[in-house]
Amino acid sequence: MTAALWNEIVELTVEHLVLVVVSMAIAIAVAVPVGVLLTRRAPLQRWVLGFANVMQTVPSLALFGFLIPIPLLGGIGKHTAIVALVLYALLPVLRNTLTGILGVDRVVRESAIAMGMTGRQLLWEVELPLAARTILAGVRVATVTTIGTATIAAVIGGGGLGVFIFRGLASVDTAQILAGAVPAALIALLADGGLGWAEKKLSPA
Amino acid sequence: MTPLVSFRNVSCRLGGKDVLRGLSLDVEAGETLVLLGRSGSGKTTALKMVNALLLPSAGEVWVEGTPTVAWDAIRLRRRIGYVIQDAGLFPHFTVEQNVGLVPRLEGWPAEKIRARAHALLEQVELPPAQFAARYPRELSGGQRQRVGVARALAADPPILLFDEPFGALDPVTRVELQRQFLALRREIGKTAIFVTHDVREALLVATRIALLHEGRLAVLAAPAEFLRAQGEEVHAFLSCLDTQGMPA
Repeated sequence: MTAALWNEIVELTVEHLVLVVVSMAIAIAVAVPVGVLLTRRAPLQRWVLGFANVMQTVPSLALFGFLIPIPLLGGIGKHTAIVALVLYALLPVLRNTLTGILGVDRVVRESAIAMGMTGRQLLWEVELPLAARTILAGVRVATVTTIGTATIAAVIGGGGLGVFIFRGLASVDTAQILAGAVPAALIALLADGGLGWAEKKLSPA
Repeated sequence: MTPLVSFRNVSCRLGGKDVLRGLSLDVEAGETLVLLGRSGSGKTTALKMVNALLLPSAGEVWVEGTPTVAWDAIRLRRRIGYVIQDAGLFPHFTVEQNVGLVPRLEGWPAEKIRARAHALLEQVELPPAQFAARYPRELSGGQRQRVGVARALAADPPILLFDEPFGALDPVTRVELQRQFLALRREIGKTAIFVTHDVREALLVATRIALLHEGRLAVLAAPAEFLRAQGEEVHAFLSCLDTQGMPA
């Protein structure tokens, strides 16, 4: 392998990581608060989960394509890729936030209220800590999926390791495909292992 | 003297069902009033109205001279200790953090919280050196319940509520904790409202027993009078004491 190829691998891997990290940060920043809100507004649950579900069922290649003609959100480039990746990552995080918080023992919740906790204290001191493991499990699933899906971002000029894969497919060059696929797989394994470890570290309450 | 807690013609509808129907009852300072009744008699509902976990559909519950609807619910609850079945301890807090919760919410300095938590653990016979750093899952049911009692006492509330606190314990541990409860009461002399369906427990801990039946007050009497009281529901409960005719 040439030095030029190595350099490109490093460069595109970094680009890929940026796509994943930015997308996940936005997805978490949106899905966790919305999930918390949904635990307080039961009638909205169906609608919001329905939306997130539909987003997940759209084939990823099609979703990237659909976004291109949409003004502001869409177009060609990284930001469109990020919008699509965020839409994909929302559901697992949202659903697990909801499941985690609603899964807090009724007796524990009631005693927190009876001790005179405010709504905010109940959320930050009881519900979120006890739901943390479940929420993190959702983040883990979403992250691993996003690492894979982000390879498709190359189709709409989003960059990342998908550049290798699509170039390799076009030129029937297995080495190029592997140069994209192997680092992507490694990142996914590392993310899965790391987040799995963090999940275990959170006290099994 | 005005009663510390006063139910004034209180009714409560929950899920389309009348759980309480016109309950009137005063709880005097220093007494242990037991709410006795079958499942669904409304005793737990009545208890939850004292710390505004539930509000009356009709009538008023007065606590320390103010109706619960007029209290700031957070302030009210921090003045009332609450002990429930299975203790309801926070699984992610240590024993010390559980006990020190209300003082912390009230903004006590850390040193004072710690001292208070340790003193209370001593009082419920859980040596802090051994138990303070443990998590609830590392305790037996009886120990958890004692931590629950210590937690309820932490901010020195004038009123204590007990909702079948010993219901989930084995009979031997239950008797142990009942004795400890009586000893504690002699020591600190607080006002307590105590829910149970166990007539023995009621007779043991009560200064007065309020028997609820289908959301109404059936009998209100001190234990000695309760044993002589008339009425179908009282007899139903008193017959639980009768061990004759049971297989040996």
